[in-house]
Amino acid sequence: MARLALSRRRFLTSAAIGSTGLMLSGCNVFDGLESDSTMRRILASANDLTYRVQRWLAHSDALAQEFTEADIRQPQRPNGVTSPDDESYKSLLANGFADWRLEVSGLVEKPLALSIAQLQAMPSRTQITRHDCVEGWSCIAKWTGAPLSLILDEAKPKPQARYVMFHCMDTIERGLAGDVKYYGSIDLADARHRQTILAYGMNGRPLPVENGAPLRVRVERQLGYKMPKYLRRVELVDSFSRFGKGRGGYWEDNGYDWFGGI
Amino acid sequence: MANPLDNDAESRPLVYRQRLWTRITHWVWAIALFFLLLSGLQIFNAHPVLYVGKQSGFSFSNEVLALGADNMADERPLGYARIFGHRIATTGVLGLSRQGEELVERGFPSWATIPSYQDLATGRVVHFFFAWILVLALAGWLVGSLINGHLKRDIAPKAADFRNLPRDIADHARLRFHHRRDYNTLQKLTYGVVLLVIMPTIILTGLAMSPTMDAVVPFLADMFGGRQTARTIHFAMMLLLVGFFIIHIVMIFAAGPLNELRSIITGWYRIDAKEGA
Repeated sequence: MARLALSRRRFLTSAAIGSTGLMLSGCNVFDGLESDSTMRRILASANDLTYRVQRWLAHSDALAQEFTEADIRQPQRPNGVTSPDDESYKSLLANGFADWRLEVSGLVEKPLALSIAQLQAMPSRTQITRHDCVEGWSCIAKWTGAPLSLILDEAKPKPQARYVMFHCMDTIERGLAGDVKYYGSIDLADARHRQTILAYGMNGRPLPVENGAPLRVRVERQLGYKMPKYLRRVELVDSFSRFGKGRGGYWEDNGYDWFGGI
Repeated sequence: MANPLDNDAESRPLVYRQRLWTRITHWVWAIALFFLLLSGLQIFNAHPVLYVGKQSGFSFSNEVLALGADNMADERPLGYARIFGHRIATTGVLGLSRQGEELVERGFPSWATIPSYQDLATGRVVHFFFAWILVLALAGWLVGSLINGHLKRDIAPKAADFRNLPRDIADHARLRFHHRRDYNTLQKLTYGVVLLVIMPTIILTGLAMSPTMDAVVPFLADMFGGRQTARTIHFAMMLLLVGFFIIHIVMIFAAGPLNELRSIITGWYRIDAKEGA
């Protein structure tokens, strides 16, 4: 009986010391999670749960909040690459993107090459929405563009197509292993969503260079890094394993969640 | 009520105070909140500014709090916290702090974040994992406590508790503690506010920052005055929880740490002789 009390006391004391140690040791104890460890994969599995639950809760027509003209109080804050220094981009920019075409390719019946004029001739959608950056800030702006669903209807995705991959003109990273151009992907549910547009206009004017001219994606139910700028090609794919590190986008390859709904 | 195994039963009896479900959920919260705090400060550091309203003012000012660093006239760097426009020097802790050998500009210092260096992606992975744990544990606790009567019997204050409130405050102020099976008035009120107000608010303001959840529940962000206000409230609730944690630990040490720890680990609590079970 005395032994029992002693062992219980010893347990309590060691529990107390253990938790204090956790507090005092500083947080480099938990460094190393950035690598592709088992622990990282276990923790990141919560994102799959979030994706499933949010997809289940947000029926296909649930709209992101739209705001009024009075809520547009400042220019849209640019982030990431704001002035691509790629020669190919600069020459396209120099003649007002007259030679630029948006390619629609991959798992489609009818590949397309659309000029800005052709995109602008399509039925357009204008929406005043809040851009939420993964860093935490928000900015409200008015976006005008062609609904992605109309472009998909024209290109006719094949049944095995599951994701829309966006390829961009801007180089976001220069390294020894080569340059990396920005890219990203969304699922077909978001690609077909009513507010998902390829925007060529912002706040009533042509899309500025720092915000992605000539064309950028708006996926209003996700965070900013899911909305690539400086679009060059839209590719329908059944998997993104062959792109980059196989996680579906530039930031995803750098550890960010593929689903940016939270 | 006394534990038959205990020798001191006749003078200061042991009573069974905390059910297994209460103890399990308590420790799940403790672990989850620890990781949520440190990964949350990592996320905050990606943009260490808080605002009120729907959006962040870059061309106008709706700032509440900003942490940052500046060069002073003599070129020495200065870390600061700007609260409602008032700047306070905080070099070494907020805005500018040591990371390894060098001083770097960062909101909260490296010892207060997971990971210790700037890594928003990993901070988010850790935060959302433990956010799920916290939500599931709180929901489980709420359902369990409604069924087993913990909420009604132990947390909900009764008329006598309110009559006793002034005296209970005076007792706490003098660190004069009564060890009874039941929580005292301030405990009931504090646990009730933490579990039924602060925790749900921090969860809802967290969800209000999710663009998908804002599409699911169109009034979610507006309910808190806009997404950026929701983010500010999320931060304020964190401060309240940290404040609660500090007081909680001080009270445990003041009231007898071994007895208090035993009750939240084993369930058994030694009560004062005179007061009875």
